[in-house]
Amino acid sequence: MRARALILAACVLLLLAVPALATLLKQPYYIDLIRRVMIFAIAAVSLNLILGYGGLVSFGHAAYLGVGGYSVGILAFYGIHNGWLQWSVAIAASALVALVIGAISVRTRGIYFIMITLAFTQMLYYLGISVEEYGGDDGMRLKVKSQFSGLIDLGDPVAFYYLVFALLLVCTYLTYRLVNSRFGLVIRAAKSNEARTRAIGFSPYPYQLAAFVISGALCGLAGALLANHTGYVTPAYMDWTRSGEIMFMVILGGMATSPGPALGAFALLVAEDLLAGWTEHWQVILGPLLVLSVLFFRRGLAGLLPGGGKDG
Amino acid sequence: MNLILVFEQLLNGLQFGVMLFLMAAGLTLVFGIMNLVNLAHGSLYMVGAYLTVAAVQWTGSYPLGVLLGLAGTLVVGMLLEVVALRTLYERDHLDQVLATFGLILFFNELIAILWGRTALFMSLPSYLQGHVEIFPGSIYPLYRVVVIGVGLVVGAALWYVVAKTRLGMLIRAGASNRTMVAALGINIRLLYTVVFGFGAALAGLAGLMAGPIYAVQPGMGELILIQVFVVIVIGGIGSIRGALVGALVVGVVDTLGRAFLKPLLGHFISPPAAEAAGPALASMLIYLLMALVLAVRPEGLFPAKSG
Repeated sequence: MRARALILAACVLLLLAVPALATLLKQPYYIDLIRRVMIFAIAAVSLNLILGYGGLVSFGHAAYLGVGGYSVGILAFYGIHNGWLQWSVAIAASALVALVIGAISVRTRGIYFIMITLAFTQMLYYLGISVEEYGGDDGMRLKVKSQFSGLIDLGDPVAFYYLVFALLLVCTYLTYRLVNSRFGLVIRAAKSNEARTRAIGFSPYPYQLAAFVISGALCGLAGALLANHTGYVTPAYMDWTRSGEIMFMVILGGMATSPGPALGAFALLVAEDLLAGWTEHWQVILGPLLVLSVLFFRRGLAGLLPGGGKDG
Repeated sequence: MNLILVFEQLLNGLQFGVMLFLMAAGLTLVFGIMNLVNLAHGSLYMVGAYLTVAAVQWTGSYPLGVLLGLAGTLVVGMLLEVVALRTLYERDHLDQVLATFGLILFFNELIAILWGRTALFMSLPSYLQGHVEIFPGSIYPLYRVVVIGVGLVVGAALWYVVAKTRLGMLIRAGASNRTMVAALGINIRLLYTVVFGFGAALAGLAGLMAGPIYAVQPGMGELILIQVFVVIVIGGIGSIRGALVGALVVGVVDTLGRAFLKPLLGHFISPPAAEAAGPALASMLIYLLMALVLAVRPEGLFPAKSG
């Protein structure tokens, strides 16, 4: 396990050094890129909680990115720029939406669960498109970033970078603690054998629903960050291909591992960025790469680390 | 709201439902028999439309172009099955969703490279243009009537093939116990490839018929794909009868919702509010319907009995 810890520590240090390196090389673009990667890594961490550990294949996680983003956007639209309030609302609203969606969908299994989470996200997507008040299809611009009473200025790219970095670490640690708690054991038990979980006296439904809500809330935070990052909130946040991408990050990085989602987010988004810089038609290369990774790269990036795949 | 308008919108709904059914039939067959969730089914719909546009331009004849387009989609579907999807049958749904998601990116971009991103216009021969008078005072586009007719004929043929022929018997047997079918000396891999190819051709048929009504452009398949998933979830995954009922219900509900929800809401709430809520509610209607059906019958209206 030592080698594994060393490699992961090196990754964390590298992330810490990105702003300094980017400034040194006069490439501020990389601060922006890696910040975006880390925001999606938070979304992937939140999905990993239910997908990786809980076995709930949610194909609609982009919904909470949208709810979080729109919470910030709509409050800013009415002149409320207080970041504490905005982000609390983003998290609470995502949790609430996840509670409603989860209450219905967690009852279903397998392909029905995949489809119903997809359908709910489509509903929110069309809601975003048809509400003209908030920009409809085009979305709306976030004129003022979230204000944290002078504590931190999100307009400063480096300060914002470190905030996202810290939040990513916190979210990863939180899920790590969560899945290794009694609560997490029940969720993982329900994934591996639901009948036995019932037999030893646990009804999985409330646990799975709670995990679904926590996951949604964390992803809502990522949405609030993303709104501040891009300065835009559009229905495209909730596009179903976005849900697919987040799912891919989890799988590519390694399901049910702590570093997996972040590694997957890095691999996917950096690959996208490199390919897009190379050719306009990058998706024609990325698509088959994704297919190949599903077919032949079962354990994900975290599985390549010394110390193996599970629960590190 | 007059009756003629309602009748026309009902026909529009029927036409949309018929196209949804052509898509849903292939998707639900593939799911019921191979246990495969194929997101790339929408790509085959797109491939059908593009191949037909190209073939019509090349041959200069609409019927010939349609035949070539259908045959082309069949071949693309079978190739896809042999190259990529065959290995996915034994995997879990998560892997299938992700791999076919990758295929969607590939197909959309490939089409964009070959034909560009702008929408293509698909012209109709003169004998399919024009209108018919269904009853006095109500004229309706001939082409849409043809679409409904073709859909119903194909639906009936599909029922005949699945229920009455040897191939259909194999298909039903494969759905209920694939190991047993293989043990009885049937080449199950070939059967799968054939079924997938025909599912692809049905999607291609829907795509080429959609061409003159909607836009032919990269990504056109995904718009309809998600609605098709709603159809098969409502109908019960794996059931062709369910796909038919689900498709007609979704087609009619969606079309009527878009046409009449706004004026209807205007009677109950203030016009500006109806103006805002109408379109939003209309585009969410089928998803609400699906949530409702799943809440009452989690397996859909006609659960397939396959094991």
